[in-house]
Amino acid sequence: MANFFEKLKSGLSKTRDNITGKMNEVLGLAMTIDEDLFEELEEVLITSDVGYETSMILIEKLRQKIRLQKITEVDKVSGALKEVISEFMEDEEKKFKVEKPTIILVIGVNGVGKTTSIGKLSHKYKKEGKKVIMAAADTFRAAAIDQLEVWAKRAEVDIVRHQEGSDPAAVVFDALQAFKARNGDVLLVDTAGRLHNKKNLMNELEKIRRVIDREYGDANIYSLLVLDGTSGQNAVIQAKEFQKVAQLDGIVLTKLDGTAKGGVVLSIKESLKIPVVYIGVGEGIDDLQDFDAKAFAEALI
Amino acid sequence: MAFDSLAERLQEAFKKLRGKGKLTENDIKEAMREVRLALLEADVNFKVVKNFVKKVSEKATGSEVLESLTPGQQVVKIVNEELTALMGGSEAKLSFDSSITAFMLVGLQGAGKTTMAGKLALHLRKRNRKPLLVAADIYRPAAIKQLQIVGKQIDIPVFAMGDKVSPVDIAKASMEYARKEGCDVVIVDTAGRLHIDEELMNELKSIKSSIRPMETLLVVDAMTGQDAVNVSESFNNSLDLTGVILTKLDGDTRGGAALSIREVTGKPIKFSGVGEKMSDLEVFHPERMASRILGMGDVLSLIEQA
Ligand SMILES: Nc1nc2c(ncn2[C@@H]2O[C@H](COP(=O)(O)OP(=O)(O)OP(=O)(O)O)[C@@H](O)[C@H]2O)c(=O)[nH]1
Ligand SMILES: Nc1nc2c(ncn2[C@@H]2O[C@H](COP(=O)(O)OP(=O)(O)OP(=O)(O)O)[C@@H](O)[C@H]2O)c(=O)[nH]1
Ligand SMILES: [Mg+2]
Ligand SMILES: [Mg+2]
Repeated sequence: MANFFEKLKSGLSKTRDNITGKMNEVLGLAMTIDEDLFEELEEVLITSDVGYETSMILIEKLRQKIRLQKITEVDKVSGALKEVISEFMEDEEKKFKVEKPTIILVIGVNGVGKTTSIGKLSHKYKKEGKKVIMAAADTFRAAAIDQLEVWAKRAEVDIVRHQEGSDPAAVVFDALQAFKARNGDVLLVDTAGRLHNKKNLMNELEKIRRVIDREYGDANIYSLLVLDGTSGQNAVIQAKEFQKVAQLDGIVLTKLDGTAKGGVVLSIKESLKIPVVYIGVGEGIDDLQDFDAKAFAEALI
Repeated sequence: MAFDSLAERLQEAFKKLRGKGKLTENDIKEAMREVRLALLEADVNFKVVKNFVKKVSEKATGSEVLESLTPGQQVVKIVNEELTALMGGSEAKLSFDSSITAFMLVGLQGAGKTTMAGKLALHLRKRNRKPLLVAADIYRPAAIKQLQIVGKQIDIPVFAMGDKVSPVDIAKASMEYARKEGCDVVIVDTAGRLHIDEELMNELKSIKSSIRPMETLLVVDAMTGQDAVNVSESFNNSLDLTGVILTKLDGDTRGGAALSIREVTGKPIKFSGVGEKMSDLEVFHPERMASRILGMGDVLSLIEQA
């Protein structure tokens, strides 16, 4: 994922340079490893949306590491914190494997990048030689189906769609039949954005998930939660609520090409153990990458 | 979860204060630690929190508070008043031109600009204006179609020239079209973009200088975290915003970003989006937002019970 770095670096305008490098500033000014330094590092984490509680946990881990490895020089602290973060985010057993037949339900709150991520994923899987089908189950938002259709054309994959306003569960049902009949490898299901506190919309999602489980229980069924990298602490609650109705298997963290760090995924990892699987780094079809804990840690602080 | 315990924690902190006859500086300090945490968990920007807590601490340790009979209530009152003041105090109105008024909506990807364009149009028509929606997002797949569907839902005309004409030319042409059609407000929907994308930020500057909008409104997702400050500062520096619109407030987010944006740009928040329907628009109320950020609704009612 040197790639992600390159992308970030090349996208770096002067603005971004001014905003980042906070860590260097903190460490550059520090003379010794003391309470002041830990407090400032905690600030760096909080300003990356890691959240107060999780920041405290990470700093505690950092203290331990420093003690165990007998670190005494200030310029080793940055590396140690990065290690703490990447170990924290690393996934022991990678559960998310896209093997035939795989059904991926893509969910999340409004405007986070679900449809775009499906476009990018279709392209990626197609390039890997898989037969991909999209299901346009956002029948609610204005022109959502047209938007997905543009992505289907770009990625050159099939799409199953109904009219705007029709029942999303019915679209998914049809898509599942087409997926079986056409002997597809991956079915990607686009859903309407919904806030996790809207009961009826969450019920609708639960119903979609049920249809998938019932119609094709033998397939690898995954629910991916798409999170906007600029999200604050509310994303933790989002994850909890979506987890309840759709059994989350992973996160797609989008919009990391801006100045946001997506630090909230650390809090989500802490409370729900859901791994980040992919990251979005732009609006283009190739702007999707596998998540890499090390590179993420590098970029976060 | 963080948010549930937050209101509880605040209540605890204030309850402790309330129980005391007189307060020491240490009591205040402890309460302020909880306030600080509450603001951080609500996504208020880190620096803003720092300044705010400092300011409130100073006021709270003044003699009127320490010597009053109800010091706990006094502190809560100060926190709430200061937050409301930070949020801009009172409602901010839209400005109109004597001839055709142009409004421009800008912001990050997915913030809610296109939806808000429709909501604003409906809001203005209810106030006897004749709005025209302008499709100046030529980049996002089906963005033009989206605005056209929105326009159709609320029966407002949409001006579009496809995705081969530059947004600047589209915006210019729309003013002429509005004149011809007898529309008096032009609402330009622009493509979402990153604040660090110089090329696309320049495009917005060109649109702005060619149509001279009365309002350049930054549309911000209320769920935004710490980055809200960088984003709004950059947009404001490039475009000299006239106001901000917060969206997706129908969620359960505390929306602390609102506070940070107001503080950093000095520009008022004018409206909030509270749903996906075209009627889901509210005039922004600083005092309500202040209460929401701290979870003060609960806290205040608890104080009143005492
Ligand atoms: N900069 C950037 N923009 C992105 C990224 N992913 C998506 N976007 C943009 O974010 C906006 C919203 O993306 P969509 O894919 O429509 O989001 P969605 O979650 O499907 O939205 P709804 O269906 O309305 O809930 C679009 O303008 C996308 O181009 C990303 O990784 N980086
Ligand atoms: N719940 C809720 N959803 C909203 C609100 N405003 C907009 N949305 C939804 O947020 C998503 C994105 O809205 P858009 O209007 O397409 O956002 P945009 O800023 O135009 O997006 P781009 O053009 O891609 O940058 C859609 O699913 C909208 O329905 C709101 O106030 N509440
Ligand atoms: Mg979508
Ligand atoms: Mg739009």
